[in-house]
Amino acid sequence: MKKLVSRSEFYLFLLILVLGAGFTAANPKFLSLQNILDLLKSYSFFGILSVGALVVLLSGGIDISFTAVAQVAEYVTVAVILQYGGNLFTAFLLSSSIGIVLGLINGLLIHFLQIPPIITTIATLNLYFGCLYVISTGNIIYRVPKFFEDLSGTMLPGGFPMVAVLWIGVVIGTWVILHQTVLGRSIYALGGNLIAAERVGFKVLYIRLFVYGFMGFLSGFGSVVHTALVQSAIPNSIVGHELDVLAAVVLGGANIFGGAGSLAGTFMGVALLAMLGNGLTLIGISSYWNDVVIGIVLLVGVTFSSLQRMYLAGRRAKVVVEEGAL
Amino acid sequence: MSEPPAAQAQDVFLRLEKISKRYGGVTALDQVSCSIRKGEIHCLAGENGSGKSTLIKIISGVEHPDSGSIFFDGQTPRHLDSTESINRGVQVIYQDLSLFANLTVAENIALPRVLARKAIALRWSEIQRRAADALKRIRLEIDLQETVGNLSLAQQQLVAICRALSGDVKLLIMDEPTTALTRKEVDILFSVVLDLQRKSISILFVSHKLNELFEVAERFTILRDGKWVGTFEQRDLDARKLVTLMTGQEVASDAFWPGLKDREVLLEVRSLSKRNNFKDVSFQLHRGEILGLTGLLGSGRTELALALFGMNRPDSGEILIGGHPAQIHSVQEAVRLGISYVPENRIRQGLVIGQSIGSNIILAMIDRLLNRFRLIDSMQRKQVIQFWIRKLGIKVQDPGLPVETLSGGNQQRVVIARWLATNPKVLILDCPTVGIDVAAKRSVHQLIRELSQTGVGIILITDETGEALNNCERVLLMRSGRFIACLNSAEETEWTIQSRLEKP
Repeated sequence: MKKLVSRSEFYLFLLILVLGAGFTAANPKFLSLQNILDLLKSYSFFGILSVGALVVLLSGGIDISFTAVAQVAEYVTVAVILQYGGNLFTAFLLSSSIGIVLGLINGLLIHFLQIPPIITTIATLNLYFGCLYVISTGNIIYRVPKFFEDLSGTMLPGGFPMVAVLWIGVVIGTWVILHQTVLGRSIYALGGNLIAAERVGFKVLYIRLFVYGFMGFLSGFGSVVHTALVQSAIPNSIVGHELDVLAAVVLGGANIFGGAGSLAGTFMGVALLAMLGNGLTLIGISSYWNDVVIGIVLLVGVTFSSLQRMYLAGRRAKVVVEEGAL
Repeated sequence: MSEPPAAQAQDVFLRLEKISKRYGGVTALDQVSCSIRKGEIHCLAGENGSGKSTLIKIISGVEHPDSGSIFFDGQTPRHLDSTESINRGVQVIYQDLSLFANLTVAENIALPRVLARKAIALRWSEIQRRAADALKRIRLEIDLQETVGNLSLAQQQLVAICRALSGDVKLLIMDEPTTALTRKEVDILFSVVLDLQRKSISILFVSHKLNELFEVAERFTILRDGKWVGTFEQRDLDARKLVTLMTGQEVASDAFWPGLKDREVLLEVRSLSKRNNFKDVSFQLHRGEILGLTGLLGSGRTELALALFGMNRPDSGEILIGGHPAQIHSVQEAVRLGISYVPENRIRQGLVIGQSIGSNIILAMIDRLLNRFRLIDSMQRKQVIQFWIRKLGIKVQDPGLPVETLSGGNQQRVVIARWLATNPKVLILDCPTVGIDVAAKRSVHQLIRELSQTGVGIILITDETGEALNNCERVLLMRSGRFIACLNSAEETEWTIQSRLEKP
């Protein structure tokens, strides 16, 4: 119990409960099964991206470019399939492959050129997105193959949306990697202490390639879900939301400097943002207020975990003072 | 001197031959040779900047020598990197411990071994078992599930030792292993070390504090200024001789005490206390005095200095400046009251790396260079910079160059210059000669003495008791947050001080 209380996820969970209760009191529709399933569905793409962003943050890195990677993977996949034909499987295969390649480029640049990852990925965000714009000349593809629509409409018995199943699958798969493989613990170790990781013999290059490649993979994989949800391929529909995703992950308790964070926290970070957007609409507050409220919640959440860290650091004795007479 | 003849070669695990290493223009190691026998407890001794850590980095494959050869069991590895060195059985416990503060004790100990097996799936039972075994080996009880960042420094050190021992180790190198340990923990460490020796594992201690290591080490290799001074059997050495060999000078040969008679009190501290920092601390600092303050890491000395500089507010007690009670709540107030602090880690806390030498000098007094438009007066700026560069004899071609182009000793002068430019009455120097070579060290000492003669009161915090004895008339000893003694340097030796600093 003491351990539970010391974790920031616990307070996030409480916050979600309080907010949920508040929204439900104002509008009982909020807690309806249908609303929750709708939320799971519409945030499945966002949720998949947040998992990738968490893994990058855990390793002590950061990726800004993943929205551009998803954008490129989405547009190219839809265009290629419209031209040459294909099915859902080839769509996932193609867009995931594009994502992995672009992610690996990020990893290689960061490792070999020793440029801070934030700068590298801001550059590649512009590069990937810019290339897409040049090639597509900004053309919107309004009609996407029907199997995308089918994916979006597929429900498990009970009305559970298929795309949310994919999201949950990604979370479980990533949990296995993070907690049941040596690679997963290496990611935590690298994020905790880079120099020690090198000295102990971790292969830093491989870990970095995996981390950024995995982010790319999830961006590509998720972009198929995105296409299914919006039923079109618009070249600028994803880029611009990268900071929202990172904010959700940090709100979920991940340390921006690496080494700490959890999938449960990330899920709750996404859930909180989703609830706010949806709840404010349901209780009739103009959507213009959305960003203001989200900004405030982010500040409060991050301040809280920072205060908690300072409190813990202050309690740890710097000097063990001898009491009594000498 | 006892370099083993060739006939004993099969007893030697590691042999270094004429290793040289230069960093830029500085020679870190100059033709150093030594050998470590199997199952031997060897001590590599030398002052800061003598080349000990460079030698360790070369043995562990982190750095490559410019010339010379390394033999493990008589063989030279074709390419010695850190993985190769680990495979040859070399384990290093670094001074910074190189632990993963965000992982559990069990993971810290066992992960490197699992990694070496090239395993993909993680078996938590295996992690648990390996870690428990390693802890048992040194009879240590720590919760395996505890996060390492929550442990005390001493416990962390023991975890680092466990990790090193969990592999197939033939040579264990420990960089300053006893610094943060209590006497009881040191005893545990030594019993482990003797245990390892019986298993034919060689141990290399790297240290500049030798009183404890004297008990267990069989041979000492001494470095000074990157050169090999000699390798000695323990029976041929005593403490005094060792210090003389390390420093290259007779102890206390150039002691300097200005005398305190009838001097005005600049700073007085009356039973200053802060929870978990220091307790009931009182002292007086006189005009022109160099007051020594020494204690082990974690004794509270730096916390006390920060309290005087407005960065660590005390819970109770009084600070008097020139006889008047003063509340020092911020660095700005401390500077206004004439107190300056030169921090221990000049790179992290002192210098603005990337900025020019000149900018670094004027940083703390920049508000006194403003003209009537509240802009920086560039003529005055130039004059002030030139004045201090000349005054402190900083060797510099162009004050516009980045500060990191200077040598360690000159960087330290820049930091001191910055605080002198604020015209302090009290100057607190926290370990001003750490990590700089012997010549630079002497020139910093010279500078401190000259300053004291101009009437500045100086508190010299130091790890090296020799430094305190040579420069200070009175030395305050701090242990566990308390002042345990105020010594008269004339009546003390390094030995008497060292033994009092350690916990009983």
